[in-house]
Amino acid sequence: MSRVFGDQVLLLARRSVLRTARQPANVAFPLVFPLLLLAVNSGGLNAATRLPGFPTDSFVAFALAIPFIQGALFATMNAGTDLARDIQTGFLNRLALTPMRGVALLAGQLGGVLTLGVIQALVYLGVGLAVGVRPESGPLGILVLLAFAILVSVGFGALGAFAALRTGSGEAVQGLFPLFFVFLFLSSMNMPRNLIEIDWFRFVATANPVSYLIECVRSLIITGWDGEALALGFGIAAAITVVALTLASVSLSSRMTRS
Amino acid sequence: MRTLSVAVAVASRTLRTVFTNPSLLLPSLIFPLFFFTAFAGGLSRVQDVPGFDFPPGYTAFQFVFVLLQSAAFGGVFTGFGIARDFESGFARRLLLAAPNRTGIVLGYAIAALARWLVTAALLTVVALVAGMQVGGGPVDLFGLYGLGVILNIAAILWAAGVAMRLRTMQAGPLMQMPVFLALFFAPVYVPLSLLQGWIHTVASVNPLTRVLEAGRSLLAGSPTEVFVAFAVAFALAAAFWLWAARGLRSAERAG
Repeated sequence: MSRVFGDQVLLLARRSVLRTARQPANVAFPLVFPLLLLAVNSGGLNAATRLPGFPTDSFVAFALAIPFIQGALFATMNAGTDLARDIQTGFLNRLALTPMRGVALLAGQLGGVLTLGVIQALVYLGVGLAVGVRPESGPLGILVLLAFAILVSVGFGALGAFAALRTGSGEAVQGLFPLFFVFLFLSSMNMPRNLIEIDWFRFVATANPVSYLIECVRSLIITGWDGEALALGFGIAAAITVVALTLASVSLSSRMTRS
Repeated sequence: MRTLSVAVAVASRTLRTVFTNPSLLLPSLIFPLFFFTAFAGGLSRVQDVPGFDFPPGYTAFQFVFVLLQSAAFGGVFTGFGIARDFESGFARRLLLAAPNRTGIVLGYAIAALARWLVTAALLTVVALVAGMQVGGGPVDLFGLYGLGVILNIAAILWAAGVAMRLRTMQAGPLMQMPVFLALFFAPVYVPLSLLQGWIHTVASVNPLTRVLEAGRSLLAGSPTEVFVAFAVAFALAAAFWLWAARGLRSAERAG
């Protein structure tokens, strides 16, 4: 990576972080809402831990994985909406007139998402530890969890960027939110897949990649080191990241060519 | 009479806007169905938790929550429309034109109710098709839907009060979040008796818990605390009527 390219990425990443930080709602909502849902679900569903075969006696520990994925979904929306605003306000057009490389724009944008993703992950982890959750995988597991949070943030951030570059509309990006919400709720977020009673729901949850992202985080917290869950989680997150980055790069090229 | 004519005009305009605009109509139809599917489908094993006792089953248990949730959010979604009317300047022209401004609030409330009745009908059909067991008779069911109607009216009056004070779409989260919290701090997934710790304490003092538990008892055909639930629902509606009326005064003062 040349120094000029690095400077471009840093400048745009700084802009992305500052822009997010200047909109408190964009920072507070992705942090607070998943924690609120965690509180509600873990309080309301704690009785489910008495089901035979439930993998832990603490629903908070079971559900702590959800905010990590939900936070990443919010990051997707923020990243996509900000980039769409850059397109709508003509910032991208002006950028196209400079020597700035398109890849630097994408990398910078994702740098901002990644920063927010790390902050979110640390907050969720801190809240979990504060309420007595002790990850079974230990300190090394926490590092793996943070690495996974970064990968997922970049992957979903790239999806948001792709949606923004493809449509050029913040509203269209926001319109993806319910879709992501559907993926989240039709997963194993509230019940282990083997305990889901309704056949079609278990089938959907098994086919839903979000289930494996959640189960990867969950395994580090309540199981310890589960190679299969980790491989599936990291594999799917990496695949989402590669596909989304490729699509975003292609869309960026055509968007900047058109400009 | 003047109040009624204003109310009818506002209600028909609001309903026309909602029913001719899929982006406004579909979320209020789809979200309840989605929540119903996710909760009743994904969590049905919860009925096997020791101490869970609801004879019609978990689908019916969740149906009542989603029905009442859709009633509350039907009111909130209509509140978004009021805020939009203020942002676009339409509401200000309405304030000038209406001979009786109380009719404006009444009109929005009628629209919210009509909108929810469509959602409730769709949700009920889907639940019955999904095999929901109903233990209650017609009078019990009338009581259940009656609770929904009052909750819907309370929610639109709450949202109208916020919208008329702040007069911007940015007030959306402020309309939505307290309703969301009040609903989810009730016994959503299991009966109150199975909740433990802080959530049990919060749910015990949450007025919507009475409404939800009475609604479930009506669907099961073994009504309990129905009088308390109706009293709570009416009290909420009356309090939010005052809130909305003062919001209207605030909007009038702002000109």
